[in-house]
Amino acid sequence: IMCASAKYNTRGPALIPRMKTKHRIYYITLFSIVLLGLIATGMFQFWPHSIESSSDWTVEKRSVHDVPVVKLPADSPIPERGDLSCRMHTCFDVYRCGFNPKNKIKVYIYSLKKYVDEYGMLVSNTISREYNELLTAISDSEFYTDDVNRACLFVPSIDVLNQNALRIKETAQALAQLSRWDRGTNHLLFNMLPGGPPDYNTALDVPRDRALLAGGGFSTWTYRQGYDVSIPVYSPLSAEVDLPERGPGPRRYFLLSSQMALHPEYRLELEALQADNGDSVLILDKCSNLSDGLPAVGKRCYKNQVFDYPQVLQESTFCVVLRGARLGQAVLSDVLQAGCVPVIIADSYILPFSEVLDWKRASVVIPEEKMPEMYSVLQSIPQRQIEEMQRQARWFWEAYFRSMKAIALATLQIINDRIYPYAAISYEEWNDPPAVKWSSVSNPLFLPLIPPQSQGFTAVVLTYDRVESLFRVITEVSKVPSLSKLLVVWNNQNKNPPEDSLWPKIRVPLKVVRTAENKLSNRFFPYDEIETEAVLAIDDDIIMLTSDELQFGYEVWREFPDRLVGYPGRLHLWDHEMNKWKYESEWTNEVSMVLTGAAFYHKYFNYLYTYKMPGDIKNWVDAHMNCEDIAMNFLVANVTGKSVIKVTPRKKFKCPECTAIDGLSLDQTHMVERSECINKFASVFGTMPLKVVEHRADPVLYKDDFPEKLKSFPNIGSL
Amino acid sequence: MQTRKKYIFLTFLASWLLLFFFGGDQLRRFAFFSVRKAEARRNWPRWTDRSLLKSFADPEELQRDGDPSLLSPRERRAAWLSIHRSSRCRMETCFDFSRCERNGFKVFTYPQERGQPVSETYGKILSSLERSRYRTLDPEEACLFILGIDTLDRDHLSGQYVRDVEEKIRGFPLWNGGRNHLIFNLYSGTWPSYTGDLGFDTGQAMLAKASFDSQSFRPGFDVSIPLFSKEHPQRGGDRGWLSRDSVPPRKKYLLVFKGKRYLTGIGSGTRNALHHIHNGKDIISLTTCKHGKDWEKHKDTRCDKDNVDYERFDYQELLHNSTFCIVPRGRRLGSFRFLEALQAACIPVLLSDGWELPFSEAIDWGRAAVVGSERLLLQIPSAVRCIHPERVLAFQQQTQFLWDAYFSSVDKIVHTTLEIIKDRLSPHRSRSRLLWNTLPGGLLVLPDFSTHLGDFPFYYLQQGYSPSKKFTALIRVVSQAGSLSQSILRLIQAVAGSQYCAQIVVLWSCEKPPPPSGKWPQSTVPLTIIQGRRKLSDRFFPFEAIQTDAVLSLDEDTSLSTSEVDFAFLVWRSFPERIVGFPTQSHFWDPEQGRWGYTSKWTNELSIVLTAAAFYHRYYHSLFTEYLPAGLRELVDGLAACEDILMNVLVAAVTKLPPVKVTQRKQHREGVSPQADRRSSQRQLCLHQLADWFGYMPLVSSRLRLDPVLFKDQVSVLRKKYPGLEK
Repeated sequence: IMCASAKYNTRGPALIPRMKTKHRIYYITLFSIVLLGLIATGMFQFWPHSIESSSDWTVEKRSVHDVPVVKLPADSPIPERGDLSCRMHTCFDVYRCGFNPKNKIKVYIYSLKKYVDEYGMLVSNTISREYNELLTAISDSEFYTDDVNRACLFVPSIDVLNQNALRIKETAQALAQLSRWDRGTNHLLFNMLPGGPPDYNTALDVPRDRALLAGGGFSTWTYRQGYDVSIPVYSPLSAEVDLPERGPGPRRYFLLSSQMALHPEYRLELEALQADNGDSVLILDKCSNLSDGLPAVGKRCYKNQVFDYPQVLQESTFCVVLRGARLGQAVLSDVLQAGCVPVIIADSYILPFSEVLDWKRASVVIPEEKMPEMYSVLQSIPQRQIEEMQRQARWFWEAYFRSMKAIALATLQIINDRIYPYAAISYEEWNDPPAVKWSSVSNPLFLPLIPPQSQGFTAVVLTYDRVESLFRVITEVSKVPSLSKLLVVWNNQNKNPPEDSLWPKIRVPLKVVRTAENKLSNRFFPYDEIETEAVLAIDDDIIMLTSDELQFGYEVWREFPDRLVGYPGRLHLWDHEMNKWKYESEWTNEVSMVLTGAAFYHKYFNYLYTYKMPGDIKNWVDAHMNCEDIAMNFLVANVTGKSVIKVTPRKKFKCPECTAIDGLSLDQTHMVERSECINKFASVFGTMPLKVVEHRADPVLYKDDFPEKLKSFPNIGSL
Repeated sequence: MQTRKKYIFLTFLASWLLLFFFGGDQLRRFAFFSVRKAEARRNWPRWTDRSLLKSFADPEELQRDGDPSLLSPRERRAAWLSIHRSSRCRMETCFDFSRCERNGFKVFTYPQERGQPVSETYGKILSSLERSRYRTLDPEEACLFILGIDTLDRDHLSGQYVRDVEEKIRGFPLWNGGRNHLIFNLYSGTWPSYTGDLGFDTGQAMLAKASFDSQSFRPGFDVSIPLFSKEHPQRGGDRGWLSRDSVPPRKKYLLVFKGKRYLTGIGSGTRNALHHIHNGKDIISLTTCKHGKDWEKHKDTRCDKDNVDYERFDYQELLHNSTFCIVPRGRRLGSFRFLEALQAACIPVLLSDGWELPFSEAIDWGRAAVVGSERLLLQIPSAVRCIHPERVLAFQQQTQFLWDAYFSSVDKIVHTTLEIIKDRLSPHRSRSRLLWNTLPGGLLVLPDFSTHLGDFPFYYLQQGYSPSKKFTALIRVVSQAGSLSQSILRLIQAVAGSQYCAQIVVLWSCEKPPPPSGKWPQSTVPLTIIQGRRKLSDRFFPFEAIQTDAVLSLDEDTSLSTSEVDFAFLVWRSFPERIVGFPTQSHFWDPEQGRWGYTSKWTNELSIVLTAAAFYHRYYHSLFTEYLPAGLRELVDGLAACEDILMNVLVAAVTKLPPVKVTQRKQHREGVSPQADRRSSQRQLCLHQLADWFGYMPLVSSRLRLDPVLFKDQVSVLRKKYPGLEK
């Protein structure tokens, strides 16, 4: 089975066969040749595509007036009216879409024809600018296919965006004669202005049988939830007028109405609001006494004042979007573009893309009957929320209203998400503006679970050749009550690990994995042998930690399973002189990192470190043989947004072998290198994810005036 | 040696390149003419005159949409009303909003009729409603009505079917065509078609119904509820089964199903096909034909073998050990299996076309379940295999969150139903989908408090906010002295000395009036005095005066230094959803007495932080006062020293996390006076009653204390930021 998901090696580096150096060159040569061959074949495969796109050789250079004419006999069949009971599982043929590894539906567009009736009269305008843009967008998207047999969704090129511009019966006949019509199954029609006088239906009146409708003015009675798609009414003004985004902050008017043809009843109510609240409410109308030649569309008037439209919308915090004859109003798009929070007064209106967009975050919906209370309702909204709604409104416009392309792609994505729900786009992706996406975190371990103590932890010791010290570490660690397994990662390829009989006898299973290469990142590999959630990463020279300290560290980790829990803490500082980050190991009042020479963390982070580390950090660490702990600190803080937890007073790992490193010069280069790491990682992450805190975790009764023997973790306290 | 190899290598390279440039070109040309030409992607043409095309509507038409001569909005509404009755009801046509405006959202339950016992399940629903904070006894002030007649089982073959409902309902003076009524139903229709029909005219009443099908569901009006068994607990409810987060999921099976196979009738199509995906390894799909009295009559060739296989596996074992669980339709669309899988963190794979999922108005099921299609059963194995391990982990956690937030007890199911309806009444004061679908869930987030995410303690990280940088100190004064004691003066000075203190609010709960403002110590921070109602629960009232996110709750005799306050506040900013404080106590399970015990002794654990000195988010004041039922606050007012336990229980129930203890210079120790003894027994009683009311023990224990990084380290005092804490 082909999966789109990334397969990863569950066995780890230990399984990679070691090659004899003698034969290596042959293999490399062979490999290079095969690789080159592959590249060559690959390029050859893709070459024709690039020719195609560069020279546009398939694009027909012709006018829309040159398209074939199709004559519709008067008695050609008319589809049934739309079936209100249609749902995806009853009217949609999923077998056409099938399982595919990319989880993308295939969309076919019928070629453009000109339809005339028996007398040669046009059935509708051939195609409008907007519908042409929409079809172009679909055709350029990855949904498109030109193979009618492989298509899952069919889009007729018959333009039904505006019902007023077409002859209903004849358009229906034109639809019915499409080659794959089949009662409209899997056909998608786009309509923005439905209905006509006098009753203005809220869905397209053209009989369309089972076809899906992407409609711009659905009411809750005509919208088939989960089948139709509610789309905006596109405002061509957006393309003409450039309104740059306006930052948050007070605007001149609180509430503004800019619609020209309001029903007198609504207008009276709005005027009553204006009378009560004075200048903060502005109700604009069409300009009656403009000199000829000026476009009436771009102007609005209040008494004798003339305002530019849509620029005036940016002067108001809230903008009224009232229903007219139709529920969907193009003004909604203008209002969103201006970053004005829409106040939607249109009972039973299905808001655009309501299936995926959370309109409560970008608009205020007021029932028509509550219009008199509108002002006080709006005033009760906190200022900070208003600012967010403004930002959200603008974001909705940019992402889903701005162009016919945006509307078309959002519509197709919604249908795609229904067909491949397990690959659907998430709420956050649809709704969070880029600024929120950037500043927020979504913790992969979001459920507050305190892992049971009985699970214990797995100690992972990375070692090269310090066998004696390693054995001491093993013996020490094995005294910790909650240890459930010990894993030694043997990172030395030139030497075999000691024989089984030489290893210390301990009460828990001890496993040795051999690695293929001496890499630091091997310590963070999600080995299958790690069966517990908690991992204790420990160096092969850390022997000074007491059993109480380790056990307490594990207990603390259980309370913070999504954090790094370690002993010596470190800090990053902004060096104002050098204008860059600096690594600090002095005894400070703050911590932002813990050393992973001995640290508890969730196994999930091993998975992240190995497969999801951003940029080239992993390779960089392996090449420099340093900073793997800083990388881990960055990774965890970036994905959870939380600080590390430093436990117990311990400040450094003292060990007999380390004395050399304490030498001043070595220390200096060490510090420079570590600082370099921080700067490098911060630039790769694009931000400084580390969080600075002033606390550490101690046992509840630490240093309290209380008998030591009654304390759970008495043996804690050395530095 | 080396050079030779290099040459061989170069030759190879050169020949490949040659082949590519010459041969490739020829091949390409070949492809170009024969294959590619036929298959060249025919895109939508770039029309030469595309810029000349007319717009779909001219700007005037778009902006002037609306003809003033049309029907007035009121007339049109009246017209809708008459067209869209009952079967097409919407809130705006079938619900009387005005009833809810006068007294807010109040729910009235019809008294139960004598001689007409209700089923156990309906009894639970009614008792949940009785305990609800929306309950009213006066039908006049009610916004929503709920029948006393058991309407859960409307299968007339069932023993619990109530006859003549229609006649009874017509006799109710309050019925009013079903307006503003909510009818609960779990089983509708009967063999063989199992339709959504309830067997009586529900008129304009809303339905809260299980197994809703999306065609008869009236969106924004009805509520789809889950099917739950009569053993479903009234309150509290069991936790979910997920105890570990692993990637990739460490489960024995990928996908399981074990259940009946209907040989005939509705729903048999899907169930008959389920055996096809069984592979005996990681996909286990077992069906049995043994179902109903006359199954042998319809028995087919598979039955005998299937029945044998069926017995080999245990349903519970499969639930516990599988990543995904198939939840196919039964005779009706919903099944018990759905909640079982949800609780077991076995990601439901739904095969129930047209099922309006439970609480679909609020819950985004795409985050917790795989909505499959009955028609595409055979694709399910490959589809679930392809879901990324991280996504699986997120799914698993989401099932647990949803289970715990909305489904684990009848109380939660009923309250979720009510809150969904309440949200419709004032759309501008309602929960966004984000609130419903992220921790701690919609029931615990009160839109009446705020609709801004940043005002709650739960969404800081998710939304990139941070809690406010100042706090409000709230000091409760209860002593009867009438003048200000030395300790309170010292306390005010210490707190006002903190750089993070925005204001001090004194809650004066004495009989005597507070001293005039001249008597209070002068400081740089504003001091407000609020006259309390002299109730213990008063201290958690959401006072208007508190405008900062953080509240520092204090007793008048608390002794704290400025550096303790500063440090604790910084810690709170790291844990804004928890209580962060100084003196702590803990609960424990007393096996001898068989109940929860309480201790104020020094222990190695803690689960309660006394609110005599604690930081917490001000939202908890609102939850305490508005979310908890009045009965609990009365209980607290009646007992000495129970209010802080309730606060701790509440916060723990919301966050599922323990409180945080920080370093304290002086130890508060309760003496062994007889008064302290009484307090202790009262606290014991309090804890007991709270555990009973919540249906479980929400408190969580912690084994750590947070100290400053250099606390009691042997370094120079000059280096330490909080040397004062060590004295």
